[in-house]
Amino acid sequence: MRFESPTTTKAAATLLASESGVAHVLAGGTDLLVRMKMGSIEPDLVVDIKRIESLRTLKVAAAGVQIGAAVPAVRLGESDKLRSLWPGVVEAANLIGSDQIQGRCTVVGNLCNASPAADSVPALIAAGAKALVVGPKGKRRVAVEKVVLGPGRTSLARDEFIEAVVLPARTGKSADAYLRFTPRTEMDIAVVSAAINLTLSRGIVQSAKVVLGAVAPTAVIVPAAAKALIGTKLDDAALDKMVAACRAACNPIDDKRGTIAYRTKVAGVMARRAALIAYERAGGSK
Amino acid sequence: MSEAREFKHIGQRTIRPDGFDKVTGKANYGADLSLPGMIWGAILRSPHAHANIKKLDVSRAQASPDVLAIATFEDFPSVNAAAQRNGSQRKDLMDTACNIFANQKVLYHGHAVAAIAARSQAAAIAALDLIDVEYEVLTPVLNINDAISADAPILHETMMTQGLAEPATEASNVSARMELKKGDIEAGFAAADVIVERAYDTPTVHQGYIEPHATTVVFNDNGPSMIWCPTQGHFDVRARVAQLMNLELGQIKVVASEIGGGFGGKTTVYLEPVALILSKKSGRPVKMEMSRGDVFRASGPASASQSRIKIGAKMDGTITAMQATLHYEAGAFQGSPMGPGCMTVFTPYDVENLYVEGFDVVVNKPKVAAYRAPGAPQSEFAAEMAVNELAKKIGMDPIEFRLKNAAKEGTQTIYGPKLKVVGLVACLEAAKSSPHYNAPIPENVGRGLAAGFWFNIGGQSSVIINLNPDGTGTIIEGSPDIGGSRASMQMMAAEILGVAPSSLNPIVADTEHVAYNQTTGGSRTTFATGMAVVEAAEDIVEQLKARAAAMWNVTAEQVDFTDGVAHNLSGEDQLTLAEICASAEKTGGQISGRANINARGAGPSFAVHICDIKVDKETGKTDVVRYTAIQDAGKAIHPSYVEGQFQGGAVQGIGWALNEEYVYSKDGIMENAGFLDYRIPLASDLPEIEAIIVEVPNSFHPFGVRGVGETGIIPPLAAVGTAVAEAIGQPISSLPCSPPKILKLLMAAH
Repeated sequence: MRFESPTTTKAAATLLASESGVAHVLAGGTDLLVRMKMGSIEPDLVVDIKRIESLRTLKVAAAGVQIGAAVPAVRLGESDKLRSLWPGVVEAANLIGSDQIQGRCTVVGNLCNASPAADSVPALIAAGAKALVVGPKGKRRVAVEKVVLGPGRTSLARDEFIEAVVLPARTGKSADAYLRFTPRTEMDIAVVSAAINLTLSRGIVQSAKVVLGAVAPTAVIVPAAAKALIGTKLDDAALDKMVAACRAACNPIDDKRGTIAYRTKVAGVMARRAALIAYERAGGSK
Repeated sequence: MSEAREFKHIGQRTIRPDGFDKVTGKANYGADLSLPGMIWGAILRSPHAHANIKKLDVSRAQASPDVLAIATFEDFPSVNAAAQRNGSQRKDLMDTACNIFANQKVLYHGHAVAAIAARSQAAAIAALDLIDVEYEVLTPVLNINDAISADAPILHETMMTQGLAEPATEASNVSARMELKKGDIEAGFAAADVIVERAYDTPTVHQGYIEPHATTVVFNDNGPSMIWCPTQGHFDVRARVAQLMNLELGQIKVVASEIGGGFGGKTTVYLEPVALILSKKSGRPVKMEMSRGDVFRASGPASASQSRIKIGAKMDGTITAMQATLHYEAGAFQGSPMGPGCMTVFTPYDVENLYVEGFDVVVNKPKVAAYRAPGAPQSEFAAEMAVNELAKKIGMDPIEFRLKNAAKEGTQTIYGPKLKVVGLVACLEAAKSSPHYNAPIPENVGRGLAAGFWFNIGGQSSVIINLNPDGTGTIIEGSPDIGGSRASMQMMAAEILGVAPSSLNPIVADTEHVAYNQTTGGSRTTFATGMAVVEAAEDIVEQLKARAAAMWNVTAEQVDFTDGVAHNLSGEDQLTLAEICASAEKTGGQISGRANINARGAGPSFAVHICDIKVDKETGKTDVVRYTAIQDAGKAIHPSYVEGQFQGGAVQGIGWALNEEYVYSKDGIMENAGFLDYRIPLASDLPEIEAIIVEVPNSFHPFGVRGVGETGIIPPLAAVGTAVAEAIGQPISSLPCSPPKILKLLMAAH
């Protein structure tokens, strides 16, 4: 196995493009190293992108946020400004693993690992985040929901990697929230999760995005659930309608972490609670 | 030992002697020994839960230059010979051998089939692909119901149920049945006003010790071979390996490394004999390690169980009859803790009419090992759940109900002896007056209470104490320290010798440097090895008196030794322990004390736990919001480590009750062989466990000690189960109380 730590995105892209065997990108390594240790992958090349200065940058402004691919999750929580702009994205990133894991893991890594249960992915999708993809032919910008195709599979070409995710400008009374269900407080994986992003005007929901995690092969955007909230003050009828839409959108599996019936039921519970949190954060009151 | 005594060191909270090395990473554990020329062993494990091995061909591996040695079942010399000579009597040894390496049949997912040694761990693992195995896959038997059904596949064609009224005529997956009784069970139920009858089940769980099994072994043809491993009993590792390899005890030396948790799970051998075979064949030191997945799949978990309990009582709260039918999974080979499960199930109660029946059942899962009070958590869970339900039906407080029926001095146990002085009533009284029990139950919270009993054992311990010319010394013991026992040994010796505990360095010696010690288990170490330490220290005191007498030219009877100072009773002279040691050269040579004992009179320890649980009714998630563990320690030598035992037992029991379980596919593949999906509780999941030490001294120990290590894991299962049942208003009959299970109960109730 070859290990490289390039200092520019171009050099990284070239290394990936010229490798004929199995190549993997290393950021925090909290998924990659575990998979290597378990023997589920045996890379010929590992490209560490942490030496690339621009990838370690976190830019936070109301006009937009850029989270570099080598920014550990802990830095998101350390930014007061980011926490006030995107509390749901930050709380999702700060639920991954444990404090020690968050010192290493990155949201881009969480995205590229392509787990249906990834914590930060539903929150990024709800936020309308875009991924900046680098390849030998240059850069492209792609919606986060277009990156993951299924468990462990992404739309990235074998010579591409993501250098950052960007969050859009924040306007008006807006807030997001993320909730997941796990039997334990930490060091656990979402059995089911929900991310909600709302914009209010005079306490009435103007726009909404509802995304569920761990209920299908990829995170699920639920337009009908969002529609149920728009134009309301999150009264019980609206919430009930949203919960029903969420449950209808679930297509989970039975496994060691939960049953189909359990995930479907709790998806609605998480969405309802997350919606109320986002609503209150956005300045709504009931 | 009834009067209260003043102690100088006992009861203090000293710094543990092993603490600094452990927190700074200097301590050497099982995987930490590497030797010059050392190579690595790796094990090929079965991908199937139940299969015949049609072909095991190692010829490709043999031909590989990377492979330095290969081991299979055929390498156990004595077992093959012994099995031919006398199959039945060596059954236990044969089972151990067949668990270490499958013999023509694999009996669980992860069962070892062969091992390879190579220059690196990676090379050894890679070379496993060169072993060709052909399996004929059989239907796996994965639970008690399947195992005892009429058309169940039979794991062992020669297994006939022992203990039946009529001798068995057909092979069965039930290896043994046992029965215990007292009084007239039918008359007891006839006298009852209220009867509760319920069935309960508990899952397969693992001890969850953080350190995986590991060993480094050096075979030596011209002297003892060396085995380094983390174990609760290195003398028993020596005995087991000697039997398996047809060696004399003196041909093996076992060094117990520091140990990262055992809880009963490190009382047998898995890797050690394999590494010895590989070392012998390769002529090199061999190191082997289990991965976490190996530990879950192929070391010994605790039995899953099914229990049926029937209890009758009068309306005044007098229990008239208690009956239990208990099934325990043994794993792939016979030998679950059915016996202690049957013996302990009703021991907290002084009841005239008892009947208990137990069954030992083999299934296609790893062979179970001891886990903290083996067998008792399962059976006492069922009994305590039913007791709580009965108390509620009668309308009695669960503490008052237990006090009315509590076992005490003179209670005739179902298994033989009458109880001596025990602390159950004292624990119940302490629970009754505890801040927790007197706090109102918060909204949406359920409260559960349960008692627990465990025998504790004594047994053989050997100790040497050597004093140095400056008065410092070494306590040489042979009981691996899994819970802070070295600190207790220091304190007990210091109390007798009148010196600072820190001046005595306690070490756990290898099998060559101290005589035989029984395994650290049965909560025996602070009791039995402590007793040997006290006797060895008293041996030293006698010698110190004789030396002082020689210097003063008086008889030893004219010398008193108090608080580390010898006094001449016929004069003013005084000599400190250090002064006597300093002149030992002139009075007959250096000073050592010794005690080799077989300790009798281990005192049982009872406990009572109180648990408050909040349930999220929309998700089924449980939160332990308050927990109190009350237990009789006899005398707490080091209160912090006694509290640590109470708390650790409680936490393991809470995990057992709430989320821990082995999850198998229908093919018998374990699906959660790691700490991510085998959910032991984390520090952030639980409140501080409030520990209340009750001290009802055990008169057989010089300081009144009772073992405390095991009882604490017994009450949590029913304390938690009852708290959850109270919180959701539904009976609980099955552990763990995992969120999907609880939500299902809540939804079914609507």
